[in-house]
Formats: sequence, structure tokens, C-alpha cells
Amino acid sequence: MMPIVVAADVRKAFGTVQALDGVSIEIPAGQVHCIVGPSGSGKSTLLRCINQLERIDSGAIWVDGELIGYRRVGDKLYELTDAEIARQRLTSGMVFQRFNLFQHMTALENIIEGPVTVQKRRRNEAIGEAMALLERVGLSAKRDAYPSELSGGQQQRVAIARALAMKPKLMLFDEPTSALDPELVGEVLAVMKDLARSGMTMIVVTHELGFAREVANEVVFMDRGAIVELGSPQEVLVHPTQQRTRDFIAAVLA
Amino acid sequence: MSSTTPPTATGMGKTDRFDPSIAHLTHVPRRHYGRWIASVLLLAAFALIVKAFAEGQIDWAVVGQFFTAQSIISGLGNTIIMTICAMALGIALGVLFAIMVMSPNPVLKGVAVFYIWFFRGTPLLLQLLIWFNLALVFPRIGIPGLFEARMVDVMTPFVATLLGLGINQGAYTAEVVRSGILSVDAGQTEAAKAIGMTRLTTLRRIVLPQAMRVIIPPVGNEVISMVKLTSIASVIGFAEVLRNAQTVYYANARVIELLIVSAGWYLIIVTILSIAQHFLERYFAKGSGRRSRPAARPAVEG
Repeated sequence: MMPIVVAADVRKAFGTVQALDGVSIEIPAGQVHCIVGPSGSGKSTLLRCINQLERIDSGAIWVDGELIGYRRVGDKLYELTDAEIARQRLTSGMVFQRFNLFQHMTALENIIEGPVTVQKRRRNEAIGEAMALLERVGLSAKRDAYPSELSGGQQQRVAIARALAMKPKLMLFDEPTSALDPELVGEVLAVMKDLARSGMTMIVVTHELGFAREVANEVVFMDRGAIVELGSPQEVLVHPTQQRTRDFIAAVLA
Repeated sequence: MSSTTPPTATGMGKTDRFDPSIAHLTHVPRRHYGRWIASVLLLAAFALIVKAFAEGQIDWAVVGQFFTAQSIISGLGNTIIMTICAMALGIALGVLFAIMVMSPNPVLKGVAVFYIWFFRGTPLLLQLLIWFNLALVFPRIGIPGLFEARMVDVMTPFVATLLGLGINQGAYTAEVVRSGILSVDAGQTEAAKAIGMTRLTTLRRIVLPQAMRVIIPPVGNEVISMVKLTSIASVIGFAEVLRNAQTVYYANARVIELLIVSAGWYLIIVTILSIAQHFLERYFAKGSGRRSRPAARPAVEG
């Protein structure tokens, strides 16, 4: 199967901190990958580089077969324009830790904003699809609610619907349940499980090891900007071969 | 101090500390005698001032007669038109320079910083005089081969006032717009990028509409100041309401009456604008309810 994301020796530093220190990975389409690891391990940075919210210092990333952020001419990589990067981002949908719903728009307006403003689709058609998405995340009744009127779990479900409205080939989740009150985590994970069952390609940065064990095809353990261990949930979470992985799992489960 | 003090207040014995039988007693609110005294004094002072003006040498009939005089109304029209034009120019320049100040391009940023520094750093009256006397520096203006004109024909009192007020206003509005843009959470921009918006679309659809909530109150105040600032243009002969009132009183010597006419009109315009500002603020406050905000945890870098 053709990989949806390929990263080759990706490096990224924030000042003196090496957030990504030579990351290479291939992620096949149609699978769920969960990236786990301690704070500051670079897992969110890797996700943000895939969506070009961060620029990489060196290396290369391909999404859906296309080199992202740069155009190769001879033996040099030339940075793309703002508009070209914006177009490349349409391949993937992103869900943020802090939801980032547009505060001045209702749930429905949040979902149709991309299809109408960016993809220039007809408003009525976009509203029809948005209502189907709201139904899917169980929030049809909240179509006219502003984000400030929704709970964290509801906001995150609207955010997932907003990302899906762009019909992405790949969904990126950046710690989607970390900012939620514990009793609201379940409703968001349920929507994500439903999405995984429908065959969506997903890359999920998460601390929810239970979710990773149940849903992921592959689990990636990262530490200090590098991939330490990669394999099935059984391999990485139950029988890890690396001491750092064992320490992390022990710390999380403690 | 007052006779309503409960007689048992001093008897805080063990027995009546938790005496449930007092639960049915009537509650008597505290009396605010100080408020009554202050109110009476202020009302008396106000009545004296009103009486003084009523008996003073003001011919109120003249005030009434000139309130809707043709010259005053046309001056009023010019005041309103100038307020609208100068404010429109000021807001347009303000948005432009706010974006330039925040630009990563050092030349754009430098030009904007210089603009704000220069026009906030010199008196408005002085700027108006410079614009009005620009013909002394550049007798002719134009693009060679396209058009050319004498500066004195171009730089009319209207144009000089518009440029003076508008460009000066832009320097202040730029700072207001910048603080409005900064008030919008960076996550909003990231979410906009993630659904494929370009920088300009993000600014137009996501950032500016939310910045408006912060921008509107100070800009509303500035519109109100602008109404009154237009009176400065009377010194370069722009026929706004104060200038026309002066022209009338130079002729009929009814100085105070005509100044009262002008003051009345300024108050009317400002009152209408204040009401409009209230409704505008309410419109742009949509979605900004304080209920159930997202948990304000620091964004964890994983």
C-alpha cells in the first residue's frame, strides 16, 4: 500500500532545543498510528511539521506522494509560496489540544467556513454536509451554539467535524483529550474510534494508552526528538524492548 | 447611631448566638444619610448654575433662531462629512500600518514605526498648517506626462483638513488595531491555516472579526473625539460648524449665543454616536460569552 506520510531524516530545533533529531518514518494509508512519549519528546512537533504549522530545518516530508513545503529544482529545495502551502494543507485535517474553534462563529459556521471560504463550495451544499457531520458527532442540536456555550468535549467534537468537512485523506490529532475534564474524554474518544472504524487514516498524538492499545494499528514511542520504538500496540505497549519505553509506560500507568 | 439598632446587639451570650426563633424577624436595610446629604448639596449647586445662566446676559431667543440657521446647518454638514472621511482614512491607514508594524519585513516595519512616531509626535494643529501650506514647498504637483496642477488649487481647506486629521488618526488607530490583533489567540490562526486558509484570508475571516471586539470601543471613542477635533480646521478656513458660528458672530456680535448653538450640535452628534457605539459593541461581542471557556491550560509541547 502506498504510504500517506513519509518522513526522511527530519530535523527541527527551537533555539537550542533539538525538538526533532533525525526522524524517519513511513505511515501507510488506512491505518491508525498513535504517537506516544513523554512531554518534550517531539511528538507534537512531528505532527505540526506534517501539517506545515512548523517549518523543518532539514530533511524531507512527503504527504500523499507530494513533497511538502518545497519544490525540488536540481539539487536544491526551494520553499513554496503561502498559497501553495495552503493548498497542500488540504490533504490533512488537524485537531488541536485546545480545540481552537473560531470563537465568533457558531458550530455550524465553524464547520462550513473551510468548504465555503477555501474550497469555494456552494453554501447550501456545505450546510447539508455539515449537518450530517454534526449528526455523526452527536451534536445536531448545537448547530447554532457558539464555542463559549459548549463544553470542552462538545467543542472538540465540533473541531473534529470541522476538520472532516474538508474531506481530508489524513486526520492529525494533537493530544485531542489532554485539555478535557476527565468525564468528557470518553465522548471524544468514541468519535475518534468511530472515525477509525470507517477506515480514516489517522495519526494521533496521545497520552491515552488504552485508546492506543484498542484502536492503533501501530504505536510509535518517541523520546528526545527521536523514534525509540515502533510496532503493534502489543509489541510497544505490552512487551517493549527498550528500557526508555518501559520506564514511560510504568510512569503513565503508575 | 440610629434607633433601629437591635437592643440585643451587645448581648452576644451563648444562648442567643444560635437562636433560630429570630429567623422570622423583619430585615431593615441600613440608612445612607451621607448619600442624601451629597445629593441635596449637588442638586442645589446645579440649580444655582442653571439660575445664573437663565438670568445671565444670554439671549436664548437668538440661540433658538440660529440653531437651524442655513449657515450653521451647512457647517454641521461639513463637520459630519469631514468626520466620516477623516475617520475612514484613519481606519484604512490604521489597519494598513498595524499589519505593516507586525510584518516580518524590516523595511515595511521600519516605515510603519516611523509613520507612527512622526504623526503621534507632532501636534495636530501643526500638521494641519503644514498640509495647508504645502504649496510653499511644492508649488506644483503631478505625475510628469499624466497630469499636473498648482498645489494651491489641490490643497483646499477640505483636502488639507482631510489629510491632516486622517493621517494623524491613522497613527493612533494603527496602535489600537495592533493591540486588537494581538488579543486574538494564536490557536485561531493555526486552526485557520489547518483548513487551508492563506495568510490574508485568515486575517480577513478569522483574526480581524475577533479583533473588532477589542478595537471597537477605543475606535468609537476616537470617532467621538474626531467630531470635536474637526473644529481645529477652523484655523485654516474649513467651513465646519464652529467656523461658521464664528463667521456669524463676527457679524452680529452674539458670541456666546452662537457658541452655545455649536455646543448644542456637538452634543447631539456625540449622543447619537454613543448610542450607535453601544449597538456596534453588542454586535461584535457575539460568541464572546464568558460561560464554559476552554480550560486555560498552557499548550503542552509534546
